[in-house]
Amino acid sequence: MSLVSIRDVRKSYGDVEVLKGVSLEVEKGDVVAIIGRSGSGKSTLLRCINGLETYQSGAILADGIEVGGEHANLRELRRHVGMVFQQFNLFPHLTAAENVMLAPTVVNKTPKKEARAIAAEVLAKVGLSEKMDAYPSQLSGGQQQRVAIARSLAMRPKVLLCDEITSALDPELVNEVLRVVEQLAKEGMTLILVTHEMRFARDVGTHLVFMHHGKVHESGAPKAVFAAPQTPELQQFVSGIG
Amino acid sequence: MSDFSFWIILKNLIWATQWTVYLSLIAFVGGGIVGLILLFLRTSQVKWLEVPTKLYIEFFQGTPLLMQLFLFFFGVALFGIEVSPWMAAGLALTLWTSAFLTEIWRGCVEAIPKGQWEASGSLAMSYIEQMRYVILPQAMRIAIAPTVGFSVQVIKGTALASIIGFVELTKAGTMLNNATFRPFLVYALVALIYFCLCFPLSWFAKRLEGKLNVAR
Repeated sequence: MSLVSIRDVRKSYGDVEVLKGVSLEVEKGDVVAIIGRSGSGKSTLLRCINGLETYQSGAILADGIEVGGEHANLRELRRHVGMVFQQFNLFPHLTAAENVMLAPTVVNKTPKKEARAIAAEVLAKVGLSEKMDAYPSQLSGGQQQRVAIARSLAMRPKVLLCDEITSALDPELVNEVLRVVEQLAKEGMTLILVTHEMRFARDVGTHLVFMHHGKVHESGAPKAVFAAPQTPELQQFVSGIG
Repeated sequence: MSDFSFWIILKNLIWATQWTVYLSLIAFVGGGIVGLILLFLRTSQVKWLEVPTKLYIEFFQGTPLLMQLFLFFFGVALFGIEVSPWMAAGLALTLWTSAFLTEIWRGCVEAIPKGQWEASGSLAMSYIEQMRYVILPQAMRIAIAPTVGFSVQVIKGTALASIIGFVELTKAGTMLNNATFRPFLVYALVALIYFCLCFPLSWFAKRLEGKLNVAR
């Protein structure tokens, strides 16, 4: 069975239907890049996968757990599904290490010492070993986002959701974050990314999903899809990006 | 003779002040505990917990404190339960304080960006864990100044307990006036003592506000 299975999911805000029957299968080790115009429903879809948004019909199974079930299920699900946000959302009153240690100690009841070791490990992975005791306000945007990635990794997720994680960064800081994500992909982490970084989607992604008007409009292997887009909408989107 | 009664008046007022202080402390500490519990219910996003909490707050904010004191003092007696002025005043002031503190603190909780809830929720933290480790530590910083500011209202609110016969500063003033017939002197002293209790608190609240508004 797929790691994440999305079946005919529909969601509306009042009269506006933002997801009009989306289906998507994500296998272990896949790197799925979701692209599309703003308002196409790509962020909403991503947020449905870990229950930050609810949906009206269809089904989402992540690691065999039905999303949208009762509360206890959602907690179990989120232990295995990590998320990184556009605005970092680090906890400003905690240091980088404390940000990373919080969920392991509170949710998994990992002893402090062990949690500190996990923090050291994942912060080293994102290249921030020397910033363990820095507060978020003392870090650049790129460093903050890397701490946010480390914070998710500390829970040992089976899949990591990335919601436009470079969109709030200054251009010169984008690459340091993308390099970290690329490294994760190489290590076999399952990733679902909503992104505007087309080159990254093509070079690192194993699957490309183009969303348009709340539907999966076109999908396939990134290089093939970018080389020869089948639908006029994607052609226009790709040429618009340049 | 007149000098003699001045010192007697002052001595008695200061003695009575301790009951104002005790009542304020009880109301503030008790109200703080009840208020914190209500805060959790009020922000829980669980409708059947939120609605009764809202009604409770509306009742205590929407009726005069004096009526609440009467209800506790005379109302409870109707059910055959003997209530001392102490009990009635302590209970009414505690509940009244809790309603206001809950609303002050709710504002502070809602001032914390939504992203903090989403990030902590995505890390599989439960509502209580989110509040305890992520939201409240941040909300507390902005809550300190208005909370200390509100304590001034609590101290002044205790004056109403005099009406149900609780002997605190105001009641002592009334009794001393009846005995000495020197209302201006007595009530000027009463007011001065209240001011000495309240002013340091409001000064402290102002200072905290300036200090904590500088974000980290």
